[in-house]
Amino acid sequence: MTFTTALKRFLIIFSASMALTACASSVKQSGKMQGDVYTGSDTVEYLASGVADRVFFASNKSTLTTAARDTLRKQAAWMRKKKDLTFAIEGHADERGTREYNLALGERRANAAKDYLMTYGISSNRLSVISYGKERPVNSESNPLAWSQNRRSVTVKAK
Amino acid sequence: MKKILFLIFYLFIFNNSVMAVIEVDITRGNLDPLPIAISPLHLESGSQDIKQGDKTIKNVGEKISQLIETNLRRSGLFNPLKKESFVQNPDIAHVKPRFEDWKLIKAQALVTGKVIVKEDKLRTEFRLWDVVAAKEIVALAFSTRPDNWRRVAHIISDKIYKRLTGEEGYFDSRIIYVSEAGLKTQRIKKLAIMDQDGANVKYLTLGNELVLTPRFSPKNQLVTYLSYFRNLPRVYLLDIETGVQEVVGDFPGMTFAPRFSPDGKKIIMSFAKDGNSDIYTMDLDSRVVEKITDHTSIDTSPSYSPDGKYISFNSDRSGLQQIYVMRSDGSNVKRITFGKGIYGTPVWSPRGDLIAFTRMHNGKFYIGVMRTDGSGERLLTENYYQEAPSWSPNGRVLIFYRETKSDSDGKGFSAKLWSIDLTGYNERLIETETDGSDPSWSSLMSK
Repeated sequence: MTFTTALKRFLIIFSASMALTACASSVKQSGKMQGDVYTGSDTVEYLASGVADRVFFASNKSTLTTAARDTLRKQAAWMRKKKDLTFAIEGHADERGTREYNLALGERRANAAKDYLMTYGISSNRLSVISYGKERPVNSESNPLAWSQNRRSVTVKAK
Repeated sequence: MKKILFLIFYLFIFNNSVMAVIEVDITRGNLDPLPIAISPLHLESGSQDIKQGDKTIKNVGEKISQLIETNLRRSGLFNPLKKESFVQNPDIAHVKPRFEDWKLIKAQALVTGKVIVKEDKLRTEFRLWDVVAAKEIVALAFSTRPDNWRRVAHIISDKIYKRLTGEEGYFDSRIIYVSEAGLKTQRIKKLAIMDQDGANVKYLTLGNELVLTPRFSPKNQLVTYLSYFRNLPRVYLLDIETGVQEVVGDFPGMTFAPRFSPDGKKIIMSFAKDGNSDIYTMDLDSRVVEKITDHTSIDTSPSYSPDGKYISFNSDRSGLQQIYVMRSDGSNVKRITFGKGIYGTPVWSPRGDLIAFTRMHNGKFYIGVMRTDGSGERLLTENYYQEAPSWSPNGRVLIFYRETKSDSDGKGFSAKLWSIDLTGYNERLIETETDGSDPSWSSLMSK
């Protein structure tokens, strides 16, 4: 083995290990994401014990994931016990889209959550919907994890 | 804003059959800007100072020339020459230029003039000379209020631009935009208006509620925008002369993405209901509301063609956001973009031949233009995030906003206004006191 081939081998091994480290860090980040949907709880607040206030969406999508439906069923069960309360469902988008489209997307996400709550017996007149588009991110960083936390619909008690 | 009376005298009758020798080629990139000498406007003796707020302007002639110079340089089409090389005195040059002197410094055009401030009037006289052909090609005089000197400079700039390029200028125009400040998670946004060059900023709202996407009427002093007043996002109409605001229509949900029709009589916008956004118009006189699109997808960002016959908009009916064109009654919907990525915010050029848009592809945002059937796409600028182009009144320049990436602490975010020439050259930051977004260009004010 000449010196240059040895050096080449070293470089290959070295760059491979660099790639592994790079993977490791992105795995760490995607540990809180499935596809591009946020699955963690760092930004989540609670309406009551065990009742998370928000659900997360994939990019450009408003379909409810299994986890989102689970969260919304818990919200509905709690809402049925709190008959005197009304709620606003706030729809949000990430910063990687045009402003006007994101307003529409936020509205569509909030309605997806509202419709699901209604199928679990919550009257539509207890649920209002408001879209903030990309105007009110919860995480101001510019990376896929932050964007996944910002693509959300949040149920809040109406004042 | 008060309307200002301008008296314009034509000093000499133009002879349009005499063609100027010099002409700026604006069809290609402006790689070779026209050398122009702007001789400082001569301040006549006995002229008074101008008091503007706490400032006193002693030599308004110099100020006007400087502003003309800035305007022409920023257009990218002209190269204003250094004053140090000028040989002839401004007052004499204005009467009879010694063309050999100006030829010597390679000027192809020469601007001369004189000003006087007297009895609360600013009187300005200016001439544009073709140095190569050794003759006068424009001569005009204006009389106006002294504090109006910036507009005098903008109007002169437009006259020069028009005579030398053959197209209308855009200097005597304004820009309405959203002024931004504060944390990204809790941004404070206000409506702001300024001259095209960034001067004379005025804030039209206080920042108590979120405001977005202001757009000028092409015909008058009305602006339409989205406000979250009382936490109900609705399209509003604002008269910037009187300050009177009103909600547009009585919709039981969010209305957004408003724009005027080219005659200024209608507002076109989206109305979101039950997770579906469609496009509607409202006639401002009769208040009649019409539904234009009816589709389960998101239809938004509508923009009329300048003849009012067509509407472009973006829709995700194909799965992802793409641009469509239809007749103004909603019939004959045709998709016009088929490239990779997503396309949005179509805006029809005031000349009618092009549509400007935002494209997102592979994590980058582009501002581009294409013909109204979607052919001939040209991407003018690529960046981390930019969107929402708006056309200059002459259809030569696009203004848009650009956001920077935040770092891992969420810091480093900014939103700024930028402009770029239709050719893709001459990209420029428009300086504003605060961050800015959602710019919309007015029509020419003096037209």
